[in-house]
Amino acid sequence: MTLKTFLMAGALAAAAGSAQAQVSVKLGILNDMSGLYADISGPGSVVAAKMAVEDFKAAEKGIKVEVIGADHQNKPDVGSSIARQWYDQDGVDVILDTTTSSVALAVNEVSREKKKIFMPSGGGSSDLTGAKCSPYTVHWTYDTWALANGTGTAMTKRGGDSWFFVTADYAFGAALERDTTAAVQKAGGKVLGSVKHPLSGSDFSSFLLQAQGSKAKVIGLANAGTDTTNAIKQAAEFGITQGGQALAGLLVFSSDVKSLGLQTAQGLVLTEAFYWDQSDATRDFSKRFAAKFDGKMPTSAQAGVYSSIMYYLKAVDALKLKDSDKVMAKLRETPIDDPLFGKGVLRADGRVTHPMYLFEVKKPAESKGSWDLYKTLATIPADEAFRPLSEGGCPLVKS
Amino acid sequence: MFTVFGVPSPALFGQLLLGLINGSFYAILSLGLAVIFGLLNIINFTHGALYMMGAFVAWMLLNYAGIGYWWALGLAPIIVGVFGVVLEKVLIARLYKLDHLYGLLLTFGLALIIQGIFRNQYGVSGLPYAIPPELAGGQRIAIGSTPIMFLPNYRGWVIVASAVVCFATWFVIEKTKLGSYLRAATENPTLVQAFGVNVPLMITLTYGFGVALAGFAGVLAAPIYSVNPNMGGDIIIVVFAVVVIGGMGSILGAILTGFGLGLVEGLTKVFYPEASATVIFVIMVLVLLVKPAGLFGRSA
Repeated sequence: MTLKTFLMAGALAAAAGSAQAQVSVKLGILNDMSGLYADISGPGSVVAAKMAVEDFKAAEKGIKVEVIGADHQNKPDVGSSIARQWYDQDGVDVILDTTTSSVALAVNEVSREKKKIFMPSGGGSSDLTGAKCSPYTVHWTYDTWALANGTGTAMTKRGGDSWFFVTADYAFGAALERDTTAAVQKAGGKVLGSVKHPLSGSDFSSFLLQAQGSKAKVIGLANAGTDTTNAIKQAAEFGITQGGQALAGLLVFSSDVKSLGLQTAQGLVLTEAFYWDQSDATRDFSKRFAAKFDGKMPTSAQAGVYSSIMYYLKAVDALKLKDSDKVMAKLRETPIDDPLFGKGVLRADGRVTHPMYLFEVKKPAESKGSWDLYKTLATIPADEAFRPLSEGGCPLVKS
Repeated sequence: MFTVFGVPSPALFGQLLLGLINGSFYAILSLGLAVIFGLLNIINFTHGALYMMGAFVAWMLLNYAGIGYWWALGLAPIIVGVFGVVLEKVLIARLYKLDHLYGLLLTFGLALIIQGIFRNQYGVSGLPYAIPPELAGGQRIAIGSTPIMFLPNYRGWVIVASAVVCFATWFVIEKTKLGSYLRAATENPTLVQAFGVNVPLMITLTYGFGVALAGFAGVLAAPIYSVNPNMGGDIIIVVFAVVVIGGMGSILGAILTGFGLGLVEGLTKVFYPEASATVIFVIMVLVLLVKPAGLFGRSA
């Protein structure tokens, strides 16, 4: 070996060594960017993702992070084909957020098949960590069981012991109705009936009148986004709450309350994982977020994207690699202590636990600012907020 | 009291009334489309976006200028109509000599742009717009001692207002001299122009009027539906189906089919709610199979 080839080999080895230290990851935010859920996640989730990368100081730690976003238009076929293209051709390592449970369930399958990590935040079907659980799924923020457990149980215990559901006719609505029915029955209530409406409807008066006719004490809205706000608005118009029936918004985000206005939304009881005005950490994050996003405070789904990226990057940083199996193993052994969501764990079924909160929407007189929306009724501790591991029917959980 | 497939009659009447209210929106919107198609031969895909604009203009008038619902009901259609006139003069007028498809593509593109601008500015969650205090509350409707439903005053107003507007439009186009000019101009524009009628101006104003109808429907909708940028996109596809079923360009067809399909949709919501989003399209397919020109259309 001549001196020249020896030096060249050395240089190559050095180059290879430094390339190994540099990990580059690509995060794909796949959600509804323009439809009825776009204010819940949408472009705001991309903003939250970029904030997480900045706050983690990924570049200084030798991790090159790229964030991209796409609109799945609430269509499972569109969502899964984007997921395939991202994983196969565009080098995406993790898909996040994915509002709309039907799309989330489709992307869950693609991620399992491609052995890529999937971190849903906006998508809420509890089946993601139940019968359809995957070893590569990290379900952050909330799920239908947690909402049902929070709002369903609380309303039933307050005397609302008979329910009628107005349900969005797709995977999420069905899961939410099923989980809430279980929670209501467990708390001693009964369910009198339900009506399924098409996704993204505008007139709910017909369904509300059917609910009214059922004489149930509580009308459970098992839908989300503008479907929920339209239903609440029209329930007020038809005098349903004055008639003595209570409305339960089973999935209500702060953006929805903002859109309804406190006058219409006051008194509504809801369950959420995050509210901007909870602690110094949430206020600091939210105000920085609002400064980058037209003054809008983050929803829990957007905050969930931020926190799940922080959690993921910590594991990548510790391992200095991005292999899905190794990162998942690392995530499972790392307890969560998140400034926005509190303490919890990643369970074998993919569920991330953290406390959930029961909020009540303030009366206009109680509100001190345009974003002063909720008061806290109760905190549900992390180990009670989510479905017990043994009850989900996830095949990954050893019985 | 009797029951129909297990639904008690009072509940059924209530649901029919609700169907009629939704039908009012279909009627005003499809009427505008029919006027524009009948007289301009333009398939106006911006109609939904302009309906949405009507609702937003009402919201803006209230929040930026303090102008309430009743003034908005007059002003917003004018503002939207003027916007439509500008669109027609600047863009759409260039396409009359071309195939329908070009007009459809242009107006579809414009609809996406208008929706995108509003979405960017206001988000999709929607903005609150209160029912005017004069129409707050509602009436308990009963036949004898059987209560049927609680009809909010505002919904009653929607039926009355849209019925009046629809009738007036039909009357002007079918029964007045101005209307006869318009109809003549669509049959043979050159000849009508030879009689000294300013046909291009008439066409521009017709487009402005059709679009103003959409703006009017938007203001009517603002207090009951969420004022959001997607509200037009959600309804326009249904409205197109209504126009196709009624017969493209038929004024009376658009009005009657609008109200009629509202009723059909209302019934579907009671008996098989899952199909309520598709029932109108099923009817459209059936009608096209049997009468390709639509129920009230003249076959070409």
